[in-house]
Amino acid sequence: MLEHDVLVIGAGLAGMRAAIAARAEGASVAIISKVHPVRSHSNAAQGGINAALTDRGDGWEDHAYDTVKGSDYLGDQDAIEVMCQSAGQALIDMEHFGVTFNRDDEGKLGTRAFGGQRRARTFFVGDFTGQAMLHVMFEQLIKSGVRRYEEWFVTGLIEEDGRVCGVTAIEIRTGQVFVIRSKTVIFCTGGLGRLFEPSTNALIVTGDGMALAYNAGAQLMDMEMVQYHPTTLAGSGVLISEAARGEGAYLLDKNGERFMERYAPNMMELASRDVVSRAEQTELNAGNGVNGCVYLDCRHLGKALIMEKLSQIREIGIDLAGVDMITDTIPIRPGMHYMMGGIKTDVDGQTNLPGVYAAGECACVSVHGGNRLGANSLLDTIVFGQRSGVHAAQACRDQEYIEFDVEQAARREERRIQEVIDRPQNGDRIGSVRLAMGESMNRNLAVYRDEAGMLETMHDLQGLKEKYTRVPVDNKNRVFNTDLVFALELGFMLDCAETIAVSALERKDSRGAQARTDYPNRDDENWMKHIVTVKGEEGPEISYSPVSITRWTPEERKY
Amino acid sequence: MDVTFKIKRYDPEVEAPESYWQDFSLTLDDSATVLDGLIKIREEIDGTLSLRCSCRSAICGSCAMRINGHAGLACKMQVRLAVDDDNVIIIEPAGVMPVVKDLVVDFDMFWSKIMAVDPYLRPEGPEPDAEYIASNEAMLHLSGVTACIMCGACVSDCTVMEVDPTFLGPAALAKAYRFTADPRDGDAQGVSRDRLEALNGPTGMWDCTRCAECVEVCPKGVAPMDRIMALREQAINAGFDNTYGARHAEAFSSSLEHSGQLDELRLVPNTVGVFNLPVLLNMAPEALRALTHGKLPPIIHKKIENADRVRKLFRRVEDPDRS
Repeated sequence: MLEHDVLVIGAGLAGMRAAIAARAEGASVAIISKVHPVRSHSNAAQGGINAALTDRGDGWEDHAYDTVKGSDYLGDQDAIEVMCQSAGQALIDMEHFGVTFNRDDEGKLGTRAFGGQRRARTFFVGDFTGQAMLHVMFEQLIKSGVRRYEEWFVTGLIEEDGRVCGVTAIEIRTGQVFVIRSKTVIFCTGGLGRLFEPSTNALIVTGDGMALAYNAGAQLMDMEMVQYHPTTLAGSGVLISEAARGEGAYLLDKNGERFMERYAPNMMELASRDVVSRAEQTELNAGNGVNGCVYLDCRHLGKALIMEKLSQIREIGIDLAGVDMITDTIPIRPGMHYMMGGIKTDVDGQTNLPGVYAAGECACVSVHGGNRLGANSLLDTIVFGQRSGVHAAQACRDQEYIEFDVEQAARREERRIQEVIDRPQNGDRIGSVRLAMGESMNRNLAVYRDEAGMLETMHDLQGLKEKYTRVPVDNKNRVFNTDLVFALELGFMLDCAETIAVSALERKDSRGAQARTDYPNRDDENWMKHIVTVKGEEGPEISYSPVSITRWTPEERKY
Repeated sequence: MDVTFKIKRYDPEVEAPESYWQDFSLTLDDSATVLDGLIKIREEIDGTLSLRCSCRSAICGSCAMRINGHAGLACKMQVRLAVDDDNVIIIEPAGVMPVVKDLVVDFDMFWSKIMAVDPYLRPEGPEPDAEYIASNEAMLHLSGVTACIMCGACVSDCTVMEVDPTFLGPAALAKAYRFTADPRDGDAQGVSRDRLEALNGPTGMWDCTRCAECVEVCPKGVAPMDRIMALREQAINAGFDNTYGARHAEAFSSSLEHSGQLDELRLVPNTVGVFNLPVLLNMAPEALRALTHGKLPPIIHKKIENADRVRKLFRRVEDPDRS
């Protein structure tokens, strides 16, 4: 019998931090991930992690204000206060774990500037901070004695008497279906970038946890808030870090002009991401780009700085676009990057379902509101990963395992999966359904949105969901059947896509990442509130949740 | 661009499974990577093709495989640079590790080597309240090693592991170096004596034959072999000089310093120990065979002309300030 007090689903930074924290509380802990932990998408965070360290004259209140403003006042200020107050210790913990942060002249942690912040408080390891932190977190996971289910894919939650008591999962290497019992479950499954085509996100980022939780009755919040990053590479759409602009890079239109002067005269290229992406899209729509791209210019930064601090993105430019940022400008455009919304939680990661927690990108606390600041995502993962791990472990202490028929649950899931495998060929392909969804989402739920476009995508999604129930799986065997995994992921993606479209249609103002051409202004009177979706009989059902305002009164945003 | 992917496949679920080659013809953009091609095959032609891949930008380490005979990341290799004159590209699973299915290999052995080096920071002193103070140079140097994404390319093409699976291998030794070179690990001087002692043993740092394949194939510039050489230096500097490896290195360099050329005859006794009769006797038949085949090095070892200039070179390396 596989059973654990705390089962963490997903082994990126949030998941491993949660597991380590829960283990330190004395709980028996397991972590389950569809890829090996070091393959997780936290890897792709490049630029750094924000923290206001008091010993260099920064204050958490300043960090919190920048975050609130960045969120376009949709972020919950109580949660933002918790995150920014915890940031310093969380960062130092990572340093003590062994992260090789760049240093300043005195040998202390060095900083770089990042978008939407008035002070340089982003700590970094070159331009691969996420990878550096992820591998160190894995080292600590090894040390902690947490049981690891590596390359296991969670297919469903098991509920008994209204309480989640375990999961069903496929061991990908054998294709066998197992039931894992647990007293609490923590979702740390990351975002849902692959709903959009293209996206900066890795191929594994398919919204699994959000969909699993949603289908079990969890509330999703702020699902309309999808971040388009200002600098994604032409073609593949891979990320070029904000660190480039943090170090001083320019954005240029086809005439070589720094167009940000017209949109954010003070912060220029380092305005918040939603502002910069909208500026780029406006320029592109006005015909001031080349082949759908504007340019990122790093040439004046010099070879030495680029080699020390931006070497990975230089390699990406060379490998994927054939341009060397030391000598060339890089063609870039806004591209889907991050999900501000997710499973609604409190500051301890608790969802509306007893025993179910969430942290990291799959969660919505909400510290990012309408727009996340660069380098706040790594911070989010470790702060709320830890808090949910501690809380989930403590919640288990007086809790017994819920009894249920494990054999039957396994058999039932086994049958369901076999039915998916057995679908007859009908000419459709998993890849083409995914692509149709991704292109529709990227057409109508991107930087600029309007009702007609979003209704078109709603319609597209209904058709694709219908197709999905019959889409065949080529691989009929069991060992490392990635085809089957893709089929199941596609179902998760379609569920999430629907909640995004419904939420975006519902919000009739422009705020943060949502810019509606049919409702171009922010409307605090009617829309200073979170949109919450839960699964209903006929699809997502909408309700609202108030925004927490503690000390910063909403005002117009200028950068 | 019309290309042919020649892929080595393996299905463990057929009777008497054996690997086989399958060709896929496809049309790709000129900027496509090998991974783009494989994904296109999987999505549009044959969903049964199994491979690991995720980030598409050389950071997750999932898609290491052999491309035209050498290990590398499929996402980092552009197709137009990888095809031969007939526009064919040859794809095989990574080496050394057993194949699970198609291009998916079993990483258990890879990770067991990593686990064997206690892969987490072990400071011996108390933790400071704030961050450890360290130089940026030291951290940049370490970041060059922590840039390792554990893709397994080096292990795949390691010529020692191919014949001796007990060798810790390039990935694990580079990981170990990441700690021994970390000023925060080990004692107050940042010396990780316990680690160096353990790595100094059999299957450790001295088993590398310096073929440099790992340096060649590493997609992240980690240069594992260079880290292994640095480990050897650290071990000797920490006083762990009583191993075949350390003595071999010492005998090698003192011969060169003395005469300007290698005294091969004395290299063996100096390495294993002049009084180590059992080992020396064991090697006697080989020496005899060398003798009867005219391959025994000269008994009388001569200095080369200008041997003093070689000595000067040594002095310059050992004490650059003086010269």
